[in-house]
Amino acid sequence: MSEKNIVLHVADVHKRFGGLHALADVDLQVEEGTVHAIIGPNGAGKSTLLNVCVGRIKPDQGQVVFAGEALNNHQPHEINQLGVSRVFQTPEIFADLSLLENVMIPAFAKRDGAFRFNASAPVSTQKDIREKAEAALEDVGLLNRRNVEAGSLSRGDKRRLELAMCLVQNPRLLLLDEPTAGMSRHDTNSTIDLLKRIKSRGMTKVIIEHDMHVVFSLADKISVLAQGRIIADGTPEAVRANPKVKEAYLGEEQT
Amino acid sequence: MFKGLSRNDLILLVGFTAFVLLMPIILKPVGAAYPALMQKFCIFGIFAIGFNILFGLTGYLSFGHAAFLGVGSYAAVWSFKLFTMNIIPAIFLSLFFAAIFAVVIGYVSLRRSGIYFSILTLAFAQMCYNLAYSVLTPLTNGETGLQLTLRDPRWIDAMFHEPGAGLPRATLFGLDTSGGGLGGFYLCAVILIICFYISMRIFRSPFGMMLRAIKSNQNRMRYTGFNTRPYLLAAFVISGMYAGLAGSLMAATDPLAGAERMQWTASGEVVLMTILGGVGTLVGPVVGAAVIKYFENIFSSFGPDTLHGVFSFLPDTIEDALVSFLSLFVGEGWNLTLGVIFVLLVIFMPGGIIEGLRRLWVIFTRKRDGGDAIPAATHPQPAE
Repeated sequence: MSEKNIVLHVADVHKRFGGLHALADVDLQVEEGTVHAIIGPNGAGKSTLLNVCVGRIKPDQGQVVFAGEALNNHQPHEINQLGVSRVFQTPEIFADLSLLENVMIPAFAKRDGAFRFNASAPVSTQKDIREKAEAALEDVGLLNRRNVEAGSLSRGDKRRLELAMCLVQNPRLLLLDEPTAGMSRHDTNSTIDLLKRIKSRGMTKVIIEHDMHVVFSLADKISVLAQGRIIADGTPEAVRANPKVKEAYLGEEQT
Repeated sequence: MFKGLSRNDLILLVGFTAFVLLMPIILKPVGAAYPALMQKFCIFGIFAIGFNILFGLTGYLSFGHAAFLGVGSYAAVWSFKLFTMNIIPAIFLSLFFAAIFAVVIGYVSLRRSGIYFSILTLAFAQMCYNLAYSVLTPLTNGETGLQLTLRDPRWIDAMFHEPGAGLPRATLFGLDTSGGGLGGFYLCAVILIICFYISMRIFRSPFGMMLRAIKSNQNRMRYTGFNTRPYLLAAFVISGMYAGLAGSLMAATDPLAGAERMQWTASGEVVLMTILGGVGTLVGPVVGAAVIKYFENIFSSFGPDTLHGVFSFLPDTIEDALVSFLSLFVGEGWNLTLGVIFVLLVIFMPGGIIEGLRRLWVIFTRKRDGGDAIPAATHPQPAE
């Protein structure tokens, strides 16, 4: 490995579900400021890996170290407070709230997350938070619909909203679970553009994706996961040339 | 003090205040303008507003809020017995004890969500009921209920004046609140307005927004960096304190406390009130409370005799059959009527009375604009 600053280190993680060895000895290092893609066939354990990173699943063995801190005993909200935000495979948004509220809430998290009885000043007077939220909505192109109820959005727009909810927190590490699944080619391209734009902000990203077009236009590094193991690791060119990868993945499921 | 509230909210607040204070005039035509009933509207309004802060905002359905109501009542009566007939200490004592009970019950119950949370709160409330009914008889006077007696010490009052003959009345610095007059009503009315204002502030605050977000998607809330448990507990304790306050006002307007106030039917009633009026709306719970108490008052006073009077124009056989059927629904059985109303409402007007009025308003205004579609009603969300 190079001398670069490792922001996320998944160290020898094992996870079993009954007889299924979902993650077997997974070791992954993500450098600060890079886009690190994780690819692999269905059922390879990609989502499990992300779940381990955000504290949704506890590993049986090994640990996840974020910015020098082991995450094993952290609650999901504590992990987020450390600077890890996540976009889910099926968008997790506040369906009954307006888009603006959806994005304002994450903007409050840094200050109010642990708990704050914040009832003296109404939401309408929170100018700074509101401006932050509007900027994030602008980033994803949803600003003109800020007062719409989030549940009424299309699936693609929900994904973009969720992305805005993560971006507004300006996390150190952003985990994206198939951010373009179910999107039209046009929406996919605009999401790629968006992710490229925010790349310049120095945010580290781990991205799970099926769409090779997305992976190869964004990723600095790629890890290939198959049957719970990392079978290849490296730059896009190296991974593309790796015969093991071709066999396990690219050969049968290139999109 | 009113900074940041929108114009609509201010109008609502002013309108609400005016309506509540003018109830003795406004409610004359419907025959509800006597203090004992109006103060019931206010007290149950407070109870329901508080319940709505928990259920309406977070979606956690508590089936044990009557426990806090009972605790509030007992605390207030003990304050009357031990310290003074002034209601101020009684109210603070009620709030204090209700808050303590709410912290303990909430802390345990909130470890679960959905139906399990409801069952836990119900279990706690039944425990409180049984404690009050039998186990803690020295403290609650069991079945008879806690009442004032001539032998009560009333230490603070005794310092200032000789006890008079007969049982004293609860007062607010000389204003008689338990005499069944307008004093009790105006006390409850003013407190109701304050409670309404506080609830409005909570609804519009970031805290309220967090609670709505928890209702909408608690999972997302956790992965967004929020520790949801303290938020839920705060909402639970606030709503418990509202219930305690309502309980203490019951005692302030009629200084006794009985275990039946803690029974599960009382907990169920506040759920009905909130749903009937409109879950998650500001005025809905008060409307629901008033409607239920109003109809309870009417239907429970009906007996077979009244019904015979109404249907006397029919032939005797039909009259007797009809009366014996309908008398199931009045008097003691008025809850049956309530059940029927409730079923109809949940099916045809799922958002409650307020949502129904809003839909009517939309139809009304759309017609003039020549519009067509009516937006779908927002259905109440199940907890998690």
